[in-house]
Amino acid sequence: MKKLIITLFIGLLSQQLIAQVDQSLLKDDRSDSLENAMNMDALSNRVYATSSSPVSIGGYLEADYKYIGEDGLTDGHTFRIPRVTLFITSSISSRIKFMSEFEFEEGGEEIAIEFAVMDVNFHPLLNLRGGVVVNPIGAFNQNHDGPKWEFVDRPIAMTQMLPATWSNVGFGLYGKMYQQDWAFGYEAYLTNGFDNSITTNTENRTFLPASKNNKERFEESSNGEPLFTGKIAVRNQNIGELGLSYMGGIYNTYEDDGLILDEPRRLDVFAVDFNTELPFSETYIVGEWAWVFVDVPNTFTQQYGEKQSGGFLDIVQPVIDKSMFGFDDAVFNVALRLESVDWNVGTFNETGGNIGDEIWAVVPGISFRPTYQTVFRLNYRYQEQTDILGNAPAKTSGIEIGFATYF
Amino acid sequence: MTTRKIQSACAVLLLVAAIYSCDSLIPEAPAESDLLDGPTEGLSTSEQSRFLKGDIAFNDEVFTPESGLGPVFVANSCGSCHAGDGKGHPFTTLTRFGQTQPNTAPDVSIGGPQLQNRAIPGFKPETLPSGVPSMDFTPPAVTGLGFLEALTDQQILDNADPNDSDGDGISGVPNYINPPSYFIPKPFHQPVGGQYIGRFGKKAAAIDLLHQTVGAYNQDMGVTSTFNPIDPHTGLSTDPEVSDQTIRDVVFYLRTLKAPIQRDQNNPEVIRGKEVFMSISCSSCHTPSFTTPQSDIEALSNKNIFPYSDLLLHDMGPGLDDGATEGSAETFEWRTPPLWGLGLAPESQGGEFFLMHDGRAKSIQEAIELHGGEAQQSRDEFVALSDADKQALLKFLRSL
Repeated sequence: MKKLIITLFIGLLSQQLIAQVDQSLLKDDRSDSLENAMNMDALSNRVYATSSSPVSIGGYLEADYKYIGEDGLTDGHTFRIPRVTLFITSSISSRIKFMSEFEFEEGGEEIAIEFAVMDVNFHPLLNLRGGVVVNPIGAFNQNHDGPKWEFVDRPIAMTQMLPATWSNVGFGLYGKMYQQDWAFGYEAYLTNGFDNSITTNTENRTFLPASKNNKERFEESSNGEPLFTGKIAVRNQNIGELGLSYMGGIYNTYEDDGLILDEPRRLDVFAVDFNTELPFSETYIVGEWAWVFVDVPNTFTQQYGEKQSGGFLDIVQPVIDKSMFGFDDAVFNVALRLESVDWNVGTFNETGGNIGDEIWAVVPGISFRPTYQTVFRLNYRYQEQTDILGNAPAKTSGIEIGFATYF
Repeated sequence: MTTRKIQSACAVLLLVAAIYSCDSLIPEAPAESDLLDGPTEGLSTSEQSRFLKGDIAFNDEVFTPESGLGPVFVANSCGSCHAGDGKGHPFTTLTRFGQTQPNTAPDVSIGGPQLQNRAIPGFKPETLPSGVPSMDFTPPAVTGLGFLEALTDQQILDNADPNDSDGDGISGVPNYINPPSYFIPKPFHQPVGGQYIGRFGKKAAAIDLLHQTVGAYNQDMGVTSTFNPIDPHTGLSTDPEVSDQTIRDVVFYLRTLKAPIQRDQNNPEVIRGKEVFMSISCSSCHTPSFTTPQSDIEALSNKNIFPYSDLLLHDMGPGLDDGATEGSAETFEWRTPPLWGLGLAPESQGGEFFLMHDGRAKSIQEAIELHGGEAQQSRDEFVALSDADKQALLKFLRSL
């Protein structure tokens, strides 16, 4: 009898709580595609498992198996969970929204707030965003969810040259406008920036992701100089999307406690990205290329380059689009990724010869999407990497099998 | 059977086929004779474990300002200078200076014995004092060093002929070096006046691999240790920036790196080339072989090795006299460099040859033609060879 009373009480209370909720805030974000969506919308157009309340919870999981070898040596069979990511979004009012992304990498070895912002919507062309923002450099940095891609590995240039996922504390504005088949968007943020580690790290190369190890960047700037990141993008429904982005600022700690330690040194990054779907074949093409310019002291070792460039091109061709394995809208794709990075563009002071430190890879693969939210992937990777002297490349190849799914 | 079952079976078969074909997807390993790195054959499992630790410290550990680099330095890791354990590139050529006469101490007041030409951000690198003679050293290959260290002093002295008593125009003298405080002599060492025979380095200024390694950490990377706690920038002692264990591991790694393996030994042209090599007396200094004595590492013991070096100093003539020196060597004297691994030099030098002590020779032929002094006669005989014999000799040298 007591249990029955408690159950009835909880049931009535639940009804009362739901009645207090502004029903207009309830939403369903399970849209498979948005015709007007641009890369910049990737973080706000995610798939959520629960969305019938003001708070939406979702995320994604990636897991894979690899058998990769280099020059005849292999670490054998490796199983990984590269990341489990949790999204929490809340509509605080019709014009104020909270969005977040928490990432658990390598089985919880690293837990990071990748994204945690409050958006205030004043006008479609004027939105304020503040918190831990994902800097809009290139396209992959914002559009990095595993289930969206047909390849087990993320693009090397976007994760090892550009530091995807690169987020930082700051504020900025973004907006979009539409004109018939055209959409235009912009984003501009001031955030904390990089630090000395990009040119003094154990990777032995200029390495922007080194700054991700500095968790203090969420507490304070390394030098008191804001990092500016801006992007403009234009999309035509029939042609595709083109984005141009820039990120730059002083990266080093040149002054501390009033003492001059070094001269201020700049980092400048430019990126261009595009994506399109060919109407006659439904071939999806997405690519990105970036250039990094870093002021490295000329008295330091050339091991750390002043210029880098790299990018990737993905071509995805749906070949079977029908009911398969009991899934009504399953799609089977063949895909190809081409990618390369020159970690150190330039010539040796001593000989005038080309500095090496380059990598390129070709990754053919197949993928199966039983639903839009889930992908199974089988890739073959072949890559060659030269050292800084340009000696004969280390050859790496092998097989990668994995899945990724939103939840 | 339903379509779904057929599809599922195909998917499973595809996965199984992919996994079982894994090994065929891995790039083939290069032939062992085409590689300089790797352990010498016959190490025990515990020795292989120590080798691996040293391998990581040597090839993977990169020093940063936070971990002790500099503040002035030449390179930030061992591997920067010795890619694949092979010869280095002018990118990491280092400069020695401060000693212009044998048996004198290098002048540390002007920054000697080595120029640290790079600096961490915010610091200024050293510059070479005006008018001071200096020597540029391109990093050597580090393979097979354990076998050379295992040789007794007597084996080296057996090839010495300071007064050219046999009249062949070749002398060969040891470089006698003041040992560092941490040096522990072995029974086979034969000191003279408290000095010991050096056998490593362009001038044979390092007595053993510990001496060489400690010096490299300190002078090349600005990394101090308990063995040498003096910071090259300030000239003052500091806390150790690399552990004794790491240095010991690196020394063990260097001791147990395999000796380079000759390729195409049975090729008739290579065989002919070796005959030419002997006939024009290159072998008077580039001693083809030794047999190692018993060592504390069994894999190094009683092995026939083919370094093509006598580890002695020779007068190389005025063309190679840089006006600076180390130990008891004259400024025009250089240690005979081992020729093993010579043919693989471009594999670690960015596809080119940078030969002689400072990398000035861009080919083996140019290197031979730069020989002078005691080697003048052999050099002249090389120039006079028929094209066929010359090419055979060069092919032989590339096979090493």
